[in-house]
Amino acid sequence: MLYISKWKATAILLTALVCCLFAVPNFFPESTVKRWPEWAQRHIVLGLDLQGGSHILLEVDVNDVRRQKLLALQDDVRRVLREARIGLTRAPMIRGNSVEVVIRESDLQQGLTKLRELSQPLGGFVGSTGARSVDIENVGGGVVRLTPTEPALLERVRQAVDQSVEILGRRVNAMGLVEPSIQRQGNDRILVQVPGLGDPQQLLEILGKTAKLTFRLVDTSMPVEQALQGRPPPESEIVYGSEAERSQPYLLEKRVIVSGDELTDAQPGFDQRTSEPIVTFKFNTSGARKFAQATQENVGRPFAIVLDDKVISAPVIREPILGGSGQISGNFTVESANNLAILLRAGALPAKLTVIEQRVVGAGLGQDSIEKGKLASYFGAALVVVFMIVTYGLFGVFASIAVAVNVGMIFGILSLLNATLTLPGIIGIVLTIGIAVDSNVLIYERIREEVRTGRTPITAIDAGFTRALATILDSNITTFIAAAVLFFFGSGPVRGFAVTLGIGIVTTVFTAFTLTRLIVAWWVRWARPRQLAIS
Amino acid sequence: MRLHHSIPLLRIVPDDTKFDFMRFRRISFPVSAALSILAIFLYFFHGLNFGIDFVGGTLIEVQSKSGPADLAKMRATLSGLGLGDVQLQEFGGPTNVLIRVAQQPGGEQAQQVAINKVREALGDEVDYRRVEVVGPRVSSELLAKSTIGLGLAIFGILIYLWFRFEWQFSLGAMIANVHDLVLTIGYMSLTQIDFDLSSIAALLTILGYSLNDTVVIYDRIREMLRRYKRMSMPDLLNISVNSTLSRSIITHVTVTLALLALLLFGGHAIHSFVATMIFGVVLVGTYTSVFIAAPILIYLGVGTTRMEAEDSAAKEKASTRQS
Repeated sequence: MLYISKWKATAILLTALVCCLFAVPNFFPESTVKRWPEWAQRHIVLGLDLQGGSHILLEVDVNDVRRQKLLALQDDVRRVLREARIGLTRAPMIRGNSVEVVIRESDLQQGLTKLRELSQPLGGFVGSTGARSVDIENVGGGVVRLTPTEPALLERVRQAVDQSVEILGRRVNAMGLVEPSIQRQGNDRILVQVPGLGDPQQLLEILGKTAKLTFRLVDTSMPVEQALQGRPPPESEIVYGSEAERSQPYLLEKRVIVSGDELTDAQPGFDQRTSEPIVTFKFNTSGARKFAQATQENVGRPFAIVLDDKVISAPVIREPILGGSGQISGNFTVESANNLAILLRAGALPAKLTVIEQRVVGAGLGQDSIEKGKLASYFGAALVVVFMIVTYGLFGVFASIAVAVNVGMIFGILSLLNATLTLPGIIGIVLTIGIAVDSNVLIYERIREEVRTGRTPITAIDAGFTRALATILDSNITTFIAAAVLFFFGSGPVRGFAVTLGIGIVTTVFTAFTLTRLIVAWWVRWARPRQLAIS
Repeated sequence: MRLHHSIPLLRIVPDDTKFDFMRFRRISFPVSAALSILAIFLYFFHGLNFGIDFVGGTLIEVQSKSGPADLAKMRATLSGLGLGDVQLQEFGGPTNVLIRVAQQPGGEQAQQVAINKVREALGDEVDYRRVEVVGPRVSSELLAKSTIGLGLAIFGILIYLWFRFEWQFSLGAMIANVHDLVLTIGYMSLTQIDFDLSSIAALLTILGYSLNDTVVIYDRIREMLRRYKRMSMPDLLNISVNSTLSRSIITHVTVTLALLALLLFGGHAIHSFVATMIFGVVLVGTYTSVFIAAPILIYLGVGTTRMEAEDSAAKEKASTRQS
């Protein structure tokens, strides 16, 4: 046990040294590290709780996805049946989670065949699972019920998340934030993390908007008040103005002239006459054509610009707009005009997103935490080292060296993994300092026992190591299991604790099995102790 | 004698301690049982002070820009917002205030509305050091995940110990450590420390760490069982605990020193986390390994099965000889 070959000794020292060296980039400013080779740039990332920042978890509104899917299905049913010239007793309508249509008895079989074409097999990557996109039921009496299946809905949710991640990325980048991270989380969630952002109000505003923009004509066939009291014409609906428009009701045609997906650009600006903040926009070719045609036919009538089911302005068409560009003015502030331009450029989200968790740490608190964490670490380490040296003398010094290397290795491995260091993570490191010396204590106490049974110093040391190492392994594995569970089930900062605690256990076992042994072996060879003083 | 030849300078524990730890089991078992019942009673009738991680709601730490914060004025402003239960407390200094707003009825969106109202009401007089809003869905998930995690950790460790030792040891360690967790939860209920995600981390660490201690003693017991085939169980356990006593004490002193440094200098944010850990690791964990985990092996029949096995082996030999 005490004889360690030169090769082994070199390997041990090299491993420890290399691990510690990986921690080096953390002590240099980022600008310096940038000039180093790629492999040497790995460093510890400070968690949002230490550097300050915003953590926002959003969830796709599944009900919204379902509603859209039903609306699309309703359209499809109408179109398919009309194209096949199938007689209907009642037009398709949405009932609960299904679309129902009543087909004339004589056309029922033909209608069902046509409708079945709407149900496609769901393609997975690994062949078809046999699941289809729509369940079609012949309820009887000519009534056919079409229900989008759960798997189809889930797939749509997944797609919506992917698209949203991309769109949110464009929005956040347009805001000029530094190093934002936007990731899918689970099936229906998106996690947005922005380091350094201590006031996420604008970000939340930008993330939470669906930004569905439509241009629609105002229905002037009936005054709004009458429509509000009675029934609006079937092709029109009531839409309210935004708060800036004092929530005024408008009667709008359901038909959309042009929608936001046909925009190619949007920029904030100022109206040249009133110097009010405005948003200017440009359509693509087909959008420009549709808009030109609509404005040509409706000069003198008002049209409405609708954003997320709210009218933001309803100007009168004074002359045909042929150039494919225009401007929106709607009591904007400079900030809201800027936000709207960002939203329009990035595009509309496929479904509504809801914020379900928000954690924001200001830069001041983060800095405080770092400083207090450092102070506590220094004091903790100093107390442990002093106590060990007072208790064990020279062997206490050995233990302290092992602990120092241990901490160096923890930092090195954290850097190598580009791991995140959080405040609980710092606690994990300080705790490791306390626990790491335990392995030395176990070895030393065992050696003392062996000496008392009358062994010579060298055989006592040898036996002490052999017996203690088994115990060290056993006792550390239990803590490691707890850390592993914490890693898989914890989230955020707590996960950081699991990481440092877990790595700390691994390095502790490593130093106990190798470095401490090496140091003691060298000492034995150098000092050739004839007896180990017990009293 | 030269200094570097000596291991110990300071004798923490005399070498040949011969405390009769096992005799204390007649006291320690009833005391632990009573305390555990008390803890469970506290949990059910006094409850835990669940943080927003588990019940949802809003937590805001603000720092007054102009001198000490006027708690009374802030309380008046915020309770006028109609947000239900709003709690304020000074947090680590006279300028810092921790504001807790209970979860709002009306789903996820309502929580966001509430935080905006608070921001508007407090205006520019304060700096926001920390804002946490946890909606109903996330909080119930976190609670479920944490409970499963804790259960899995206990189960995983049980399995590991079962592999490494006989099942009696595994069971004994588990009883001892569930006892640790129960007492710690009782402590958290008594002090009404915030029970949040970091409390779960503390509980898991306590679990892992106090097991660490138990395992060290069990390792020694196993070794002794192999070496002294005919020693009575209480004697054997006593020797095992006594011979690891010095290590137990020194190790706990170092861990306590590390934790004390965190408690004194680590700041307010980690205060409850560290306090819980000190209670669990230092106060309960140590006591449990010595006074519960070791003596419980007597009741789980560790020694007896061994003797019986030998006896029956001997009898078998005798009977084969006879025939």
